[in-house]
Amino acid sequence: MPRGLEGPAPDERPQPEGRRNEQGIRITPEDAGEQPTHRAVLSAQVWHEPGVLAKVSGLFSRRQFNIESLSVGPTETEGVARITMVIEEHDPGIEQAKKQLQKLVPVIAVRELREEAVERELAMVKLDVRDDPDEVQAVAEMCDGDVVDIGPETITVELTGRESEIDAALETFERFTVREVVRTGTAALARGAEETT
Amino acid sequence: MSETPAQKLDEEDADDEPTPVQSGAESVVRALENAGVETLFGVTGGAIMPVYDALYDSDMRHVTMGHEQGAAHAADAYGIVSGDPGVCLATSGPGATNLVTGIADADMDSDPMVALTGQVPTALVGNDAFQETDTTGVTAPITKFNSFAQDPDGVGDDVGEAFALAREGRQGPTLVDLPKDVTQGDADREPAPPQSPETYDPPERADAEAVAEAARAIAEAERPVILAGGGVIKANASPELRAFARDYGIPVVTTMPGLGSFPEDDDLALGFAGMHGTGYANLAVTHTDVMLAVGTRFDDRLTGGVDSFAPEAEVVHVDIDPAEISKNIHADYPLLGDAETVLDQLQEAMPGEPPAAEWRARCQQWKADYPMDYATPDDEPLKPEFVVEALDEATGADTIVTTGVGQHQMWACQYWEFTEPRTWVSSHGLGTMGYGLPAAIGARFAADEDQSVVAFEGDGSLLMTVQELSVAVREHLDITVAVLNNEYVGMVRQWQDGFYEGRHMASEYSWCPDFAKLAEAFGARGFTVDDYDAVADTVEAALEYDGPSVIDFHVDPQENVFPMVPSGGENGRFAMNDDQLEQL
Repeated sequence: MPRGLEGPAPDERPQPEGRRNEQGIRITPEDAGEQPTHRAVLSAQVWHEPGVLAKVSGLFSRRQFNIESLSVGPTETEGVARITMVIEEHDPGIEQAKKQLQKLVPVIAVRELREEAVERELAMVKLDVRDDPDEVQAVAEMCDGDVVDIGPETITVELTGRESEIDAALETFERFTVREVVRTGTAALARGAEETT
Repeated sequence: MSETPAQKLDEEDADDEPTPVQSGAESVVRALENAGVETLFGVTGGAIMPVYDALYDSDMRHVTMGHEQGAAHAADAYGIVSGDPGVCLATSGPGATNLVTGIADADMDSDPMVALTGQVPTALVGNDAFQETDTTGVTAPITKFNSFAQDPDGVGDDVGEAFALAREGRQGPTLVDLPKDVTQGDADREPAPPQSPETYDPPERADAEAVAEAARAIAEAERPVILAGGGVIKANASPELRAFARDYGIPVVTTMPGLGSFPEDDDLALGFAGMHGTGYANLAVTHTDVMLAVGTRFDDRLTGGVDSFAPEAEVVHVDIDPAEISKNIHADYPLLGDAETVLDQLQEAMPGEPPAAEWRARCQQWKADYPMDYATPDDEPLKPEFVVEALDEATGADTIVTTGVGQHQMWACQYWEFTEPRTWVSSHGLGTMGYGLPAAIGARFAADEDQSVVAFEGDGSLLMTVQELSVAVREHLDITVAVLNNEYVGMVRQWQDGFYEGRHMASEYSWCPDFAKLAEAFGARGFTVDDYDAVADTVEAALEYDGPSVIDFHVDPQENVFPMVPSGGENGRFAMNDDQLEQL
């Protein structure tokens, strides 16, 4: 006699026909398959206190959310900072990221910004001076950039724009000898009278 | 000059007035008193000494534990049984890191708990000072909230806030790190009453329209099931859940933390679902068409493979934590709020009873087809299941059961018949071996005097926290520890037999001490039981002994826990025995 309890074997039991996908959503066989991911911009108001950024970034790391950029700074209200985060997730992942973020006690409010939100990122690119300074100047102007530092060895250009614009500008600068690049990550506000968070 | 009676009375009245706080440490103690704390569990040490010194003059009872992990588990269990946050204290560095397992345990199970840790003086923080650990950094992922106290006048408010946050909304552990200069520093402000931050706003009532839609779905269900999680107990919603299930004739499956939310002797009760849940509970969740899930986070040990979990069910999910909605299992009808309130809302919104007579009969048939009937052959050693049932029979319905983690824990959930909330105290999410004994100590302090407290432990599990027996002896605590001793870390041995070709690597524990002698060495009563005949008498003797006792039950080392759903498997395809497991 086998060790354990008695009862009909698994194959003798009725089996359900339905199924769920990895996100726990009921599906028909036709909808099986990976869900596409997309870019989402989240804006959060948080207490402006030590340790809050660590709590936010720790959350994203331990829950394995794909975070593209994160920027933080004070706001119009004393004691309140705003974090702007760009994540790349499928829809349930974006919803979950918003809810997990909102759950942190020092997080006051969270919203996902719509595509028409005003988004800006700042980047600085440092180039070798042996590149033609006039050409650098021309490319910088073309990209709406400013030369912010010229030294005996280097020229530094500042760029602002949407993340995709910065990507394109930096690609253009690849024709020069790029020494260093720094990017702030996206900061964003809702367009018009709409409140960001 | 002698005092007049009136003067004397004035002075006595004056004695009732608390003396003003003069230091950060006194502010911490006052904040705990204001929160109604009666019992603290802790271990002293350098950086927490100012707080301990302030406790010297307090009426709160401090229970010195053998190890900080024990303090955290005791506080956790105190919180489970009482519903109010249990409080534990430890010093900086190793004191704080020793709490970590217990804090993580409370976090996984949403148990209300406040941890207060000493810290090196602020000026030394960041310098790798003696016994310095970044405690708020270490505990950030395992607390609901933590804070680093900044000044002596505000530290009592920090403690009050931690207390309020541990208790409100979805409960959980909070921590305040207390640098020594802050607790030693002068203070002249009374701490505010416990108060959560203004920006903290947990939902209470669910949206009325959403409730109405969910009620319609439940009322139309042909195969409805209630899945009652630990949140039902946390929200004190057992009466509402019982009324709802009985009024509408809906079978009830619980999760492991939900044991006790619904009486298991009720016809509608199907036991708990999941990896080692009953066959009939697992079949009910597999075939239901509408599941009312209350206060559960759909842990993987409950769901098995998500693809096959309640695959035909519309899910109504009641939870106070929005982040649990559709985290693991999609909620067709999310109802955000307090379980007690939302169950009342649902009750009122129900248009009628679901047409489920046939389904109820089917569930009853499953109970008959997959019974939890184990054999007790004469030629085999004592069965652990028998021991659990014997203790259940010998004790009252309100007996509190604590456990460690492993096979003994599963047998305790399977074979103890739970009928009351807050009587089941275990480590579910984290799975912390050694939880049972310190939890029994914490539970004993929170329990009514006439409630029995029984701890089931394994041999390997008990060995991890056995030093806490000294606390039970010192405090003269009436607890009974039943060791289901199979000379293995048995759950690992079971998996090695099932999935690793019987290669018993590091799982044989024949070297464990004689637990009865060990108990006696601590000053507790020790018993050893080898066969069926001795079970009843020994249990009676141990229960009658007014103090801690340990019964070392030498149980069948080959006994396995069934039913079993292999990790990630299909709940409906549970194995009832070894043969069925092999065929999966």
